[in-house]
Amino acid sequence: MAESIVHDTHSSAKGGHAGAPQKSFFGLLKRPGEGCHPVIDWLTTVDHKKIAIMYGAAALFFLVLGGVEALIIRWQLAGPEREMISARFYNQLFTMHGTTMIFLAVMPLGAAFFNYIMPLQIGARDVAFPRLNAFSLWVFLLGGVLLNLSWFFPGGAPPVGWFAYAPLTSSTYSPGIGTDFWVLSLQVLGISSLAAAFNFIATIINMRAPGLSMMRLPVFTWMTLITSFLIILAFPAITIALVQLMFDRNFGTFFFEAGEGGRPILWQHLFWIFGHPEVYILILPAMGIISEVLPVFARKPLFGYPIIVFSGAVIGVLGFAVWSHHMFTTGLGVIALSAFALLTMLIAIPTGVKIFNWIGTLWGGRIRFDTPMLFAIGFISMFMIGGFTGIMHASVPVDTQQHDTYFVVAHFHYVLIGGSIMALLAGIYYWFPKVSGKQLSERWGKISFWLVLAGFNLAFFPMHFLGMTGMPRRTHTYRADMGWTEWNVWSTVGAFILGLGMAIFVGQIIYTAWKGRRCKADPWDSRTLEWATTSPPQAYNFPRTPIVKTRDQVWADKYDSEEIHLEWGPEEEHGIHMPDRSWYPLFAGIGLFIFALGWVLFKEPVPFIPGFANFLHLQVVGFSLLMLSIYLWALEGPGGYHLHPDKSKDPYA
Amino acid sequence: MSQAHTEPLGKASEHVHPEEQTNTGIPNKKVAMWAFLASDCMFFGTLISTHLIYRKTTGYPDVTHIFDIELTTGSTFILLMSSLFMALAVSAMHKGNLNNARWSLGAVILFGSLFLGAQVYEFHHFVHDLGLTINGSIFGTTFYTLTGTHGIHVLFGIIWLSSWLIYSFFGTMKREHALDIEVAGLYWHFVDIVWIIIFPFVYLIEYV
Repeated sequence: MAESIVHDTHSSAKGGHAGAPQKSFFGLLKRPGEGCHPVIDWLTTVDHKKIAIMYGAAALFFLVLGGVEALIIRWQLAGPEREMISARFYNQLFTMHGTTMIFLAVMPLGAAFFNYIMPLQIGARDVAFPRLNAFSLWVFLLGGVLLNLSWFFPGGAPPVGWFAYAPLTSSTYSPGIGTDFWVLSLQVLGISSLAAAFNFIATIINMRAPGLSMMRLPVFTWMTLITSFLIILAFPAITIALVQLMFDRNFGTFFFEAGEGGRPILWQHLFWIFGHPEVYILILPAMGIISEVLPVFARKPLFGYPIIVFSGAVIGVLGFAVWSHHMFTTGLGVIALSAFALLTMLIAIPTGVKIFNWIGTLWGGRIRFDTPMLFAIGFISMFMIGGFTGIMHASVPVDTQQHDTYFVVAHFHYVLIGGSIMALLAGIYYWFPKVSGKQLSERWGKISFWLVLAGFNLAFFPMHFLGMTGMPRRTHTYRADMGWTEWNVWSTVGAFILGLGMAIFVGQIIYTAWKGRRCKADPWDSRTLEWATTSPPQAYNFPRTPIVKTRDQVWADKYDSEEIHLEWGPEEEHGIHMPDRSWYPLFAGIGLFIFALGWVLFKEPVPFIPGFANFLHLQVVGFSLLMLSIYLWALEGPGGYHLHPDKSKDPYA
Repeated sequence: MSQAHTEPLGKASEHVHPEEQTNTGIPNKKVAMWAFLASDCMFFGTLISTHLIYRKTTGYPDVTHIFDIELTTGSTFILLMSSLFMALAVSAMHKGNLNNARWSLGAVILFGSLFLGAQVYEFHHFVHDLGLTINGSIFGTTFYTLTGTHGIHVLFGIIWLSSWLIYSFFGTMKREHALDIEVAGLYWHFVDIVWIIIFPFVYLIEYV
C-alpha cells in the first residue's frame, strides 16, 4: 500500500464525479482511500488477500473452539457412567462441534485458500467482484457469531445434532430458541457460501491470464471451480429445507408434521441432497492442495494431470447421486437401495484414480520431507483409511450393521481430519511464506505433524472397534460392563495428544506471523504462477499482466528452455487500476445479521428493553439496513484509483 | 461489478482496463447471473418437488373448486407478455434508444405488477373466502410456500427494474448500462420460465 503512489483517482462507474478521493453517496460516508486508518482499511478492504487472511484467522479461531468442544466430549466419555457434564449439554456440544467444524472451520479455511491463492494462480489482480467478496467474508463471520450467540440465550445452544433430523427439530420436541439460532445461522452462512461461489466461478472462467487455458490451470484452481459449482447446486436444497423448518416452527405449517400429512423423511432427503455434495465441498479443495504440494516436494510434474482434473469433476457429478446412502436404514426399498449402493461404490473409482496418480507423482521423484510434504503424505494414507471404510458403508448390509455407531464416527473423522484438515495444514505450511513472507519453523512443524498424526490415530482408530462392538454414536455415557471402557480411554488420550499438536500448530502460526524472520520469495522451489511475484504480493499482485506459456510456469522459468519462459505484458501507462474500498459490504452483512436475529427471536419476549414488544422491529431494522446498503453499494460503483508500482519494493515491476 | 463501464455499443471509453477483457468474451456480470440462475433452478426444483411429493403421498381432496383457473390463465398470459417487453427493452438499450427502453421497462413493470396483483387477490380470496391457509392443510403449506416464493422473485424483479426506470429520469441510466439491463432481463425471463413450470405442475395438473 504505502510503497505505492496514488497517481490519480478514477471516475466512478456511473461516470459522475471525477476528482479525489471519491465521495460516497449523499456524503453520508467518506469512501476510504489510500492511507486510511489500518482498522478502517481492514473493515472496508476489497483486496482478496486481506479478505483471505481474515477468513483464515476466523476459521482457525472456530477450529480451536470446535476442538475444545470435542475435548469436553472426550473428557465425558473417558470412563463409564461419568457425569462430568449433563446429557443435554453433551447433546449441545456434539451439535455445535459438528456444525462449527464443517461450516465455520473447514469450509472457511478452504475459502481462505480460494481467496488468497486462486487469483494469484490465474494471474489476476483480484476476483471478479471484489466488494461481493468482502460481503461473503462479513456474512460468514456474522453467521458464525449468530450460531454461537445461542450459548448466551435461555435454553442455550441447539441440542439436535448437526443434521437436525425432523421431527426432533419441531417446536414440540425442541421448543428452545437454540434450534432457531441453528436454522437462521445456517441460512446466513449459506448466503455467504453462495455469493463467494458465484464470484469464484466468474473469476476462474473469465479472468485467467493470457495463455492460461483451462488445461494449464493449476489443479488447486480447478478444484476451486468444481467446489464452487457444487456449492451453487447443493446449497439451495438445504436453504429450502431450512425455510420449511422455519415455517413449521414459526408459522405452524406442516412440512415435517407427520400428524398433518407432512413427512419427516423429506427432511432427510433434502438435507442429504445437500449433505453429500457438502462432503466433497470439504474434500475437493484438500485434493487440490495435495496436487499442488506433492509435485513441488517430489520435484516432478503432477502425474496424469488431465485425469486428476477429470476425476475431480466426476467426483463432483457423482456426489449428487449418492445422498440416500445416508438413509439405508429408513426403508427405501430394494431398487433404491441397490441403485444408491452401486453409485456409491462408483465414487471409489475416480477417488482411487487420484490416489494412484499422487503415488505416481511420488514415484521416482527426488522427495524432500519438509513439513508440507509430511502432511501431504499423511493426507494420502489417512484419507485412504477413511475411503476404505466409506466403501464398506456402500454395502447395504454392512451399513445397516454399522449405522449410527462409532464406526461411522471413525469413518468421517478419517475423511475430515485425516483428509481435509491434514491437507489444509499442508497448505498452510506450504503457502505461509507466500502470505506472510515468513517461514514456519521446520522443527516445530514436524513436532506438530507427528503429534497430530499419532494423536489422531489413537483417538479415532479405536472407534472402529467400538462401533463394531455396538457402541452407538451420540451417547452421553455407557455402562461399565459393555466392554467399551478401554478403547474409550485410549481415544480420549489420543484426542488430547491431537489437541496438543493442533495447539502447537496454532501457537506456531501466531508466533511466526508476529516475530518470524523473513524468508526467500520462493523458499520451496515451487512450480505455479503464485510464486512469480513478491512474497507477500503487492496490493496489485502482478505489476504487469503475465503471459503464460505452459503448465507449471514458474518451474519452466527456472529449469526449462527459453521459449516457454513467462512473458510480461506492457506496463500500463496510467498506472494499475485498483478498485476502491467500500463500507457497504460490511453494512449489508450487519443488516442481514440483524434481520436473521429478528427471525430467531421472532416469538421471544424482549429482555432488558421494556416497550420493545416484539422482535419484528429487529427484522424491519435489519432488512432496511440491508436494502439501503445494497442500493448505496450499487450507486457508488466499483470506483477505483491508480497505483504506480515502486520498483525498489517490487523487483517484478 | 467491475464491468459497469466497459466497451458497450462501440462507443470509445477513455481507456479499457485489461482486467475488463474476459477470457470468454462474456462479461463477468453475465457469467455470475447465469451461475445464480443455475442455483435458483435448484431452489425452485426443491420447492416444486416438495409440492409434487406431497400431492402424490398425502392424497389431499380435490382442490379444483378452490382454483380460479381463468384468472390464473389470464395472469400467466400477462407475465408472458411482460417477457416480450423485457426483450424489447434490452434490444432498445443495445440500440442506444433510451426513450424506447424506458417505455418498455415501464410496460414490464406494469405487467409484472398486474401479475403480482392477481396473485395477491388470489391469496386473499383463498384465505378469506375459501379458508385455504398456510397452516390449515398440507396443500396450503406447499402451495403458498411455492407460489409465494415465486411472487417474491417477481416483486424483487419489479423493484430492480423500477430502480432503473427511476434512474433513467435522473440521467443515471445511460447507454453503457445495456449490460445491466440485459442481466436484469436474464433474471426476469428466468422468473417467467419458472412460472411456466409452476402453472402446469401446480394448477393444471389438478384438472387431469
